[in-house]
Amino acid sequence: MIRDLFTLSVLVGIAHSGVRLATPYLFAALGETFAQRSGVLNLGVDGIMLMGAFSAFYVVFNGGNLWLGVLAAIIVGGMMGLLMAVVSVTMQAEQGISGIGLYLFGLGLSSLLFKTMIGSVEGVSGFSRLHIPVLSDLPILGEVFFNHNILVYLAYVLVLVSWFVINKTTLGLKIRAVGQNPEAADSLGVSVNGIRYFTLILGGSLAGVAGASLSIGLLNVFQENMTNGLGFIAVALVYFGSWRPVGVLGGALLFSLVNALQLWVQVLSIPIPSDVAVMLPYLLTIIVLTITVRQVRQPAALTKPYERGE
Amino acid sequence: MGANFRRLLSVDRLVDTSLPVVAVIAAMLIGALVLLSLGVNPLEAYQALVRGALGNVNGLTQTLTKATPLLLVGLGICIAFRGGVINIGGEGQLIAGAVSATAVALAMPGVPGWVLVPLAMLTGTIAGAIWGGIPGVLKAYMGVNEILTTVMMNQIAFQGMNFLLRGPMLDPAQIAAGTNIPQSAALPAQAWLPRLVPRSLLHAGAILALVLAIVTYFLLWRTTIGYRIRAVGLNPHASRYAGIHVPRYVILSLALSGAFAGLAGAVEVTGIHHRMIEGLSGGYGFTGIVAALFGKLHPLGAIPASVLFGALLVGADKMQRTVQVPSALVIALQGLVVLFVVASDLYVRRRTRRRVDSGGGEATEPITPSVKAIVEEVAGD
Repeated sequence: MIRDLFTLSVLVGIAHSGVRLATPYLFAALGETFAQRSGVLNLGVDGIMLMGAFSAFYVVFNGGNLWLGVLAAIIVGGMMGLLMAVVSVTMQAEQGISGIGLYLFGLGLSSLLFKTMIGSVEGVSGFSRLHIPVLSDLPILGEVFFNHNILVYLAYVLVLVSWFVINKTTLGLKIRAVGQNPEAADSLGVSVNGIRYFTLILGGSLAGVAGASLSIGLLNVFQENMTNGLGFIAVALVYFGSWRPVGVLGGALLFSLVNALQLWVQVLSIPIPSDVAVMLPYLLTIIVLTITVRQVRQPAALTKPYERGE
Repeated sequence: MGANFRRLLSVDRLVDTSLPVVAVIAAMLIGALVLLSLGVNPLEAYQALVRGALGNVNGLTQTLTKATPLLLVGLGICIAFRGGVINIGGEGQLIAGAVSATAVALAMPGVPGWVLVPLAMLTGTIAGAIWGGIPGVLKAYMGVNEILTTVMMNQIAFQGMNFLLRGPMLDPAQIAAGTNIPQSAALPAQAWLPRLVPRSLLHAGAILALVLAIVTYFLLWRTTIGYRIRAVGLNPHASRYAGIHVPRYVILSLALSGAFAGLAGAVEVTGIHHRMIEGLSGGYGFTGIVAALFGKLHPLGAIPASVLFGALLVGADKMQRTVQVPSALVIALQGLVVLFVVASDLYVRRRTRRRVDSGGGEATEPITPSVKAIVEEVAGD
């Protein structure tokens, strides 16, 4: 039975699903990378994703354009990010706790809206696979890498964009400065709280898109709590990837490949307890965090609200 | 006597205790606006909620039944947050406690109840302590962020439970019937906690939780261990210079916190379900945090807070049934309460600082201790 797993078509299928399923992790974790590089831990990503997933689904379900759905997710996600910024930056709340508040708010509100405005689990036709001439027709590679919907490609493009913005632009320099040494950044005229508002709203918008990528890209349904803790994993992936977009990509692929493997194990009804397989990435995350914590410096001001000294 | 009396009546105290109440009212107002925009009459919804939770004996006993695990988890959260560590892992610790208590009770069907019940409780408590202690050790000695590890431990516990309830622990009756509903076999009757009110679910665990709230109060404010836990939470640097072994108290805070959540799991199994079922944790790990914050991280404050949030949970179910307003409303309200409570903490901190700066007056502690300072402390070792 287990030999079924090692046929070419199944391996290609797993790789294809893995590349595809990394999408929500990437959007959410890259957004969170910006927030954390500026010194704010937003633990409410999962709640934002749920709100984004619902907003996008609602728009599309009511006949709206798919891109309009994405836009709705961006706006709603950005507003959730703004809420987090008000509480955690302006009101200087303890970020671990305010994030849980934001999560519960998003979880409850998205369920409430879903039940009153839609009611039952319905499907929509989301983004369809994009056929790229030549590339999509390549054997194996075409199926694994070039047979996805546009949101999947955008997620990978975002890795490069994030890397570029953080490391090669003035804005990125400001974000890093604010997260590393807010006093110094402030004395050079950088608005510490302004930058943090920006990264939280940006991170919120991207978490919204992450949710949309589930509800109108990968699964094409909305269900209560459909993220199932995916947003919390996204937060951990930022630590996992030591606050670098490329590291985040590695972590996202690891998680999505294990998920894909587990899905295929179920499909082929191979007698491996899939729950045990699902545990592995979490265990691995704890192990990686433990091993790397001494070598990798987290942004020095992470989770520290900034207040100007007298 | 005069000074004490004035302290009792001082405006600060009044403001401090009323802040969470204001937070709940504000949350309910926003909830009302949301309901209005959805075309639901908020008065009708809230009325159904209150009536469902407190309107009759049935609702009251259900409220107290729900308050029990919330109080237990909340007591653990009080200890953790006072100790300067953030424990988001209540769900996982509760599951760990529930699963192991079930396993012990099922493994010893012949043992009399007066041995079996305490044994199951103890097992659940220890399992929770281990589940919380692992992130504690990783934080204390390696500097690993406990927020992340407790979240990961939640997922691991959840998947582990799924595995056990579908495999080794699956009820043989379910296998025989071919239904395979993921739940364990029923516990032997002598492992059940006695019910307090006939024809209700209210069980002796509620009294246990109350007693433990008082015990936790004494632990935190009347013992050396409690003093050190709080000292580490308020200022790990100073604590270290005062000769306190900081890592030990970081582990202790998280392990104790997990122990309470684990006990909550054991109590839910032996008091209500009499078997391990899926969905037993029911979000108590998170709602317990809300209750603890609402009670200002004080073990005695957690008592009315858990009753309030227990009432909200019960009322929400009734509201959903009678006026068809989804119970998810209450989860959103909980989130808002947390946001408001932690945001209003700025006010308390600012005032404390003013007091300290002007050198006079007694400072009220802000409710969220300096969690960040501990990270540096540990990393700097």
